Amino acid sequence: MSSLSRREFLVAGAAAGAGLVIGFYLPHGPSSGAAFTPNAFLKITPAGRITIVVARSEMGQGVHTSLPMILAEELEADWKQITIEQAGANPTLYGDQQTGSSASLRISWDPLRKAGAAAREMLISAAALEWGVPRSGCAAENSWVVHAASNRRLSYGQLAAKAAVLPIPVAAPLKDARDFKLVGKPVPRLDGPSKVDGTAVFGIDLRVPDMKYAVLARCPVIGGTVAGFDEKESRKIGGISFVGKIGDSAVAVVADSVWGALEGRRVLKVNWDEGPNQSLNSAAIFDGLKKSASNKAATLYSRGDVSKVAGRRIQAAYQTPLMAQAPMEPGNCTAHFRGSSCEIWGPMQWPPDVRDAVAKAVGLDPDEVKINVTLLGGGFGRRLDHDYAVEAALVSKAANMPVKVIWTREDDMQFSSYRPASYHVLSGVLDGSGWPVAFSHRIVEPSINTQKGFPGPSPDVDADLPDEASLIYSLPNALVEYVLTVTPVTPGYMRSVYGLETAFASESFIDELAAAAGKDPLEYRLHLLAKDEDIKFFDTTWKTARMRGVLQLAADKAGWGTPLPAGRYRGVACFGCFGTYMAEIVEISMENDQPRVHRVVGAIDCGQVVNPNILEQQIQGAVNFALANAVRAQITIEKGRVVQGNFDDYSPIRMNEAPAVDAYFVPSTEAPTGAGEPPVPPLAPALCNAIYAATKKRIRALPILG
Amino acid sequence: MADITLRVNGSEHKVKVPPETPLLWVLRDTLQMTGTKFGCGAGLCGACTVHLEGAAVRSCSTPVSQAVGKNITTIEGLAGNGLHPLQQAWIAEQVPQCGYCQTGQIMAAAALLARTPQPSDEQITQAMSGNICRCGTYDRIRKAIHRVAAGGGR
Repeated sequence: MSSLSRREFLVAGAAAGAGLVIGFYLPHGPSSGAAFTPNAFLKITPAGRITIVVARSEMGQGVHTSLPMILAEELEADWKQITIEQAGANPTLYGDQQTGSSASLRISWDPLRKAGAAAREMLISAAALEWGVPRSGCAAENSWVVHAASNRRLSYGQLAAKAAVLPIPVAAPLKDARDFKLVGKPVPRLDGPSKVDGTAVFGIDLRVPDMKYAVLARCPVIGGTVAGFDEKESRKIGGISFVGKIGDSAVAVVADSVWGALEGRRVLKVNWDEGPNQSLNSAAIFDGLKKSASNKAATLYSRGDVSKVAGRRIQAAYQTPLMAQAPMEPGNCTAHFRGSSCEIWGPMQWPPDVRDAVAKAVGLDPDEVKINVTLLGGGFGRRLDHDYAVEAALVSKAANMPVKVIWTREDDMQFSSYRPASYHVLSGVLDGSGWPVAFSHRIVEPSINTQKGFPGPSPDVDADLPDEASLIYSLPNALVEYVLTVTPVTPGYMRSVYGLETAFASESFIDELAAAAGKDPLEYRLHLLAKDEDIKFFDTTWKTARMRGVLQLAADKAGWGTPLPAGRYRGVACFGCFGTYMAEIVEISMENDQPRVHRVVGAIDCGQVVNPNILEQQIQGAVNFALANAVRAQITIEKGRVVQGNFDDYSPIRMNEAPAVDAYFVPSTEAPTGAGEPPVPPLAPALCNAIYAATKKRIRALPILG
Repeated sequence: MADITLRVNGSEHKVKVPPETPLLWVLRDTLQMTGTKFGCGAGLCGACTVHLEGAAVRSCSTPVSQAVGKNITTIEGLAGNGLHPLQQAWIAEQVPQCGYCQTGQIMAAAALLARTPQPSDEQITQAMSGNICRCGTYDRIRKAIHRVAAGGGR
């Protein structure tokens, strides 16, 4: 096997106790070409302790288990010996470390396999050298290298120092999927025990010595600023150590306790300059989107020529409201500004970005900022933003002490970065048999990434759309367009980003066409997927066969076409995003004009299933998550302020409304794609399609009970 | 500020806090017991659930003065030695995803099982619908409670 130069993979010295350390670079993100630095995904000590570093954030999606499984598989490690370590911010070694886009498995699959395989081969070589036998007679299994012919074995711990001085193989063979011992098995989550006994440390639980607590009073009107403040009453509350303006739009109250800080804020008097958005309201937001629908649009996907097709034309407009992620752990971040350095602890989805933003905010170099990533009590995209950390760093610097900034639920709800409101214009032309010969979808929505400063594939296309706005059907003429609008309401990423609204519109509309044609909605879709075809959408080549596969699996398991009990109805939808195919069938009854969801059958094709237990969790979770926004949860704006404040007026699904969710997986050995987001988009349209089946009423605006 | 003595998980703690301080913050900040979580501060989500004399209460909405003289049980003290059957069941059924709501869920479930050792589905739904899980683990929570009720844990 050929080897890499030592400059490329720095291996820890073979000094006693150093063990074997392998580093490698994830080829992703803007730092390609940069020098490798000595950080590692794998460390094996002479005592046999195997530490795997996880460079993605654990927010419930199971990366603390699934990513180590991949490496441990190729390594042929005894899973019971594995401990994990959370990486800090180290993009040179780990790439952009962005936990989002359902990408953790997809991006890590190959590099983690290669790292595990390379280490395994080095351990085998070390044993062979030790025994003076050919490598071919040695095998790695369960943290041992075994020489069957002489019945000898050496543990990975025993071999660690010897393996460390060997050259690193460039192309160590990867295991065949048939030989997987861990991957594909429902390995219990490593974070389960600490999450049931209360010892798991989330950002909000984090404690550092001499730490104070802070809450911020923020301008309730979007875009408003602090004109002045009076802290006299606050200072009468015991334990208040600092009150001061942070940035332009907030005043921090720092105290010995959370309660003290909250009391201090309660009596703080702030004069707000309410700024330019005082008369902004939801009606105006939707009005603006509707007007923008006739602006020049960017083409996302085009096939044939929809303008040259004659036939029976059907048109409809759809819309979705602002939505908030509302993770159970409210926003928080702990910071200690020490003058020439700054340390941050918090629940974050993008550590390198936090590092850079904090450095800029407090006037340091990025390598003077140390990032510690805690567990996240939910992320859903909100924790991709660095505002929590920047605030905390500024408070620590101004107050000259280590500080934990805590957001109340109201703060979290009202000062979020939101899934923007959207408007959609759809048009279809049916031929004489009722099949669609033309299908157009114009998406009108702000560009989250553009407003955050991240460029898309072109100035008029948001960077997320390629992953989330595909139309996977064989349509002779099709057009998907996007009109980029601008919003003063801070836009943010929310689980599936543009996927939810794109699918709500297109999968409800396909159902409208099926109804107009008098055809069964499942049969309608299967007809449009009958031909094996590649559908290229930006860089992704989607396969109609795989979408057909998930639809058929869902239909079989849901019993589509078989009689339902009286009063029950089904709806179907399918969608592809982030490389994963998903179909859902929702079974409902109507009670007092409101849908009651009894059961959801979800079928997914996400390539090789890494951990089926976790995959089922993701599907069950995403369905419940999506159901809240489908049925009732929305963010509205009045007089420039977010109206909703807590779980009474923005309410997630509770157990008494939770459907049974049955998850099924298409078996595959394709490289894995993710599952955190793909089960979100089909839920709302499948539900609305079921409601149509029940009532013949077509829902074109979310939330259903809005 | 007042001198207050609290009995938490069988041990006495003397704290000096304003008597109207929610029990949640006394547990988390003063006693540094962070297993009980802050989710909403308004009694809506159940993440802060503890037991007062065995009954489930929302510690975010309970002034600490109301907890004086009562046995307070938090997640840290739910089990004697090792794991409570509910905690074992939560692991066996692989319930937690992000895990933030789960200590509150377990405390609510423990209070339910203490008064109704063999709850029906409807009784489980009634007792547990006060606890929000944004990750949607409800199916598995239900299974875990049934598992304990059926005499299992592991």
